[in-house]
Amino acid sequence: MEDLMSVVDWSRGQFALTAIVHWLFVPLTIGLSLIVGVMETIYYRTKSEKWKKLTKFWMLLFGINFACGVATGIILEFEFGTNWSNYSWFVGDIFGAPLAIEGILAFFMESTFIAVMFFGWNKVSPKFHLAATWLTALGVVLSALWILVANAWMQYPAGMEFDPAQMRNVMVSFKDVALSPVAINKFFHTVLSGWVLGAVFVIGVSCWLLIAKRNREAAMMSIKVAGWVGLAGIVLTMYTGDGSAVEVARVQPMKLAAMEGLYNGKAGQGLVAFGILDPNKKLDDEGDGMLFSIDIPYGLSILANHDANSFVPGINDIIAGRSFDAQGNPVNTVSYADRIAIGREAREALAAFKNAEATGDTLAMDEARAKIKDTFQYFGYGYFSSPEDAVPPVGLSFYSFHIMVIGGGYLMLLMIVALWFAYKKPEWLERRWVQWIGVLSIPVVWIVSEAGWVLAEMGRQPWVIQDLMPTRAAVSAVTATSVQITFWIFVVVFVALMAAEINIMVKEIKKASNKEILN
Amino acid sequence: MELIYLQQYWWLIISVLGALLVFLLFVQGGQTMFLDATDVTARQMMVNSIGRKWELTFTTLVTFGGAFFASFPLFYSTSFGGAYWLWMLILLSFIIQAVSYEFRRKPGNIFGTRFYDILLFFNGSVGCILLGVAVGTMFFGGEFTIVKTNILDPGTPVISQWASSHGLEAISDWRNLLLGVVVLFLARMQAGFYFINNLSDNDEVISRARRETIINGGIFVVLFLVFIAVLFTTTGYAYNPETGEITADTYRYLFNLIEMWWFGALFLIGVVMVLFALFRMLLKPEWKGGIWFSGIGTVLVILSLFAALGYNNTAYLPSTTDIQSSLTIVNSSSTLFTLKTMTIVSVLVPFVIAYIAYVWRKMDATPITPDEVKADDHLY
Repeated sequence: MEDLMSVVDWSRGQFALTAIVHWLFVPLTIGLSLIVGVMETIYYRTKSEKWKKLTKFWMLLFGINFACGVATGIILEFEFGTNWSNYSWFVGDIFGAPLAIEGILAFFMESTFIAVMFFGWNKVSPKFHLAATWLTALGVVLSALWILVANAWMQYPAGMEFDPAQMRNVMVSFKDVALSPVAINKFFHTVLSGWVLGAVFVIGVSCWLLIAKRNREAAMMSIKVAGWVGLAGIVLTMYTGDGSAVEVARVQPMKLAAMEGLYNGKAGQGLVAFGILDPNKKLDDEGDGMLFSIDIPYGLSILANHDANSFVPGINDIIAGRSFDAQGNPVNTVSYADRIAIGREAREALAAFKNAEATGDTLAMDEARAKIKDTFQYFGYGYFSSPEDAVPPVGLSFYSFHIMVIGGGYLMLLMIVALWFAYKKPEWLERRWVQWIGVLSIPVVWIVSEAGWVLAEMGRQPWVIQDLMPTRAAVSAVTATSVQITFWIFVVVFVALMAAEINIMVKEIKKASNKEILN
Repeated sequence: MELIYLQQYWWLIISVLGALLVFLLFVQGGQTMFLDATDVTARQMMVNSIGRKWELTFTTLVTFGGAFFASFPLFYSTSFGGAYWLWMLILLSFIIQAVSYEFRRKPGNIFGTRFYDILLFFNGSVGCILLGVAVGTMFFGGEFTIVKTNILDPGTPVISQWASSHGLEAISDWRNLLLGVVVLFLARMQAGFYFINNLSDNDEVISRARRETIINGGIFVVLFLVFIAVLFTTTGYAYNPETGEITADTYRYLFNLIEMWWFGALFLIGVVMVLFALFRMLLKPEWKGGIWFSGIGTVLVILSLFAALGYNNTAYLPSTTDIQSSLTIVNSSSTLFTLKTMTIVSVLVPFVIAYIAYVWRKMDATPITPDEVKADDHLY
């Protein structure tokens, strides 16, 4: 068991490392592909060489980043098998399909048209080139769609049932998998946040060009395009974030409680606008878990249920199976102790099914099958020995959520101010401190974006598939030493990759700031 | 639709993707030829000619993996999770490819152009050999067991258990390595054919490409014949479609191609096409069409070998530890519902192939020139 946990921890570390590094590149690819598409469209319509040169400049940065996204993306696909082999079998019937469709529909579109985008300026017509640019952007979004559908399914396993004969989950409705409300919200929330990240990157680099006192026209043109993309992106990201919160409250109430650091819920629950968690908080002690907090009254009830007086359960309420409906009447939910018992029953029923199958006892098989059907929704809890095992890391969930939300608010302000300055007060963009705010917003948007993913994945713990498979049951039968070695190999590769990528980007931007891009 | 038909259909899709991947490995083959190119312009032309196709190979590899995962998840779970080091080394050899092309000539790339060219050489050589080793395990077996009831044990829940060397034993098996080296020389020969076709305006590159094609083609033919002799005389594993019981069967792969004579015919046609491409080029040095004959021939040969591997009630990943744990297209596939769903999506594959062909026909209509690779533009 000890070795198993060590393998689980290192495998989690390796996957987290890969996913975090991959996510440094993907949202920029999503955002820049759109911005480049808009710029090239303006060039196509106006035939202005300035817009063509500007398009090419941002396309160059897009290309550098795209290669890194590709390199880190394939690792994730492999790691589903190499590090999470049990998972691959248990849900391969459902999870594999979106990955295959991603390859067939999205990756080929990206990989074919991106070659035209980079190398086709003098080989195809401007119209064909513009189409290729937009098809690349579409391919990028389609890639995101299918992997996000797969991820949403891990948060909310819809459209499937367990087949005891095969000892795995099987898909029964592709529509429910692909169009679950969790998947829809997650897709739009994630892709739109990519628009924001791309926009902040363009605004930040443009501000750098302004600091260098060259390329003023190129910078202003870029800020205007990026400002609109970013503003649309942040407004819609917030809207879909609201939808995501409602879905989390519905299908992952424990995640919601953890991301608010809420141990004991109530009707009309406030939302922590800013707070510091008590690091010594234990589940069963008296404290509320906060050292300090500023609350927005009724905020969490509104966020979770769109009802200011609704009850939002805390971690202890969920463990105890305590909840209330909109009218304040007690609602019986299943306590975690009961879920663990039911999960064990499901496991025993499955063992009974396999025994009956081996002896050909069809009556016992039917009985066991019926029992499994009744109890399978809590199958994963059977792996736990106490309710506390099923609580996600509160600190990481809480801080990542609040960084994301506070950062999102800042980015909204940034977009409004950037557009206002660009159109109405361009002289303000000449001020050094304003320019530096633009530049320094680049790391901010990445922190916010990564925080969103940390929340999504850490808030789901200890599940790899919500309620059905704990992360520790999903691993491969490899040694912890093997995973440690590959983990450190990836650390070295990623550090080298990042160092080279950032250095190349900086050199290209400096190169641009030493000449007039538009000439 | 019967499940067995869809299992066979998806094995065909996997086989086609595998065959196309092996053909597209000409990109990797080409990457093993940059390092010793003395003329800078010639090297740049080679890099930019073959580099612009890297994403096709890469995407085919990713789609091959994704399709395998979706249609035969037990293979993904068993082979990837078991032969950990084999797949990790394949992965490492491939993740460096994209950035190497993009970074190699960019100012500020820290490590210098030659470093990235060495990485491309590594991807081209080690990547080809290890992919061959991975496919080799499908013919010659792996040391694994599958016990699905393990999932009921919270202490040791993993259903697929592989030998403790986790894939290193597969790399040290000479038969797997032989296939890996065959793939490498095939890729180098194809790269030669490709350069002749794609860089027809540069005499230095062309004369070198001809020499490389002949040398690598010769080595490939000899090694390929040895591999085929080994493969056709090895013991395969058959399963009883009624009971699922798996038994050893001598000369299985040879007899599969004889019993499924249409695949046997494709195999022979493929071999003849590759040999034709080689001999025609020997006799007529100015001929540029070798890549098409050699490429189609390669696809046919690999397709028929995959057919011999998975069809005719054959186990496509034999277990040398517990024969009954061997994987077949029946015991490792996704369900009827999932295969049906993906089959509907696969109808779009011809459309995808059509637009790829259209785009590259347009892009390659204007050959890469020495002037183009000297320009300060987006180049590799």
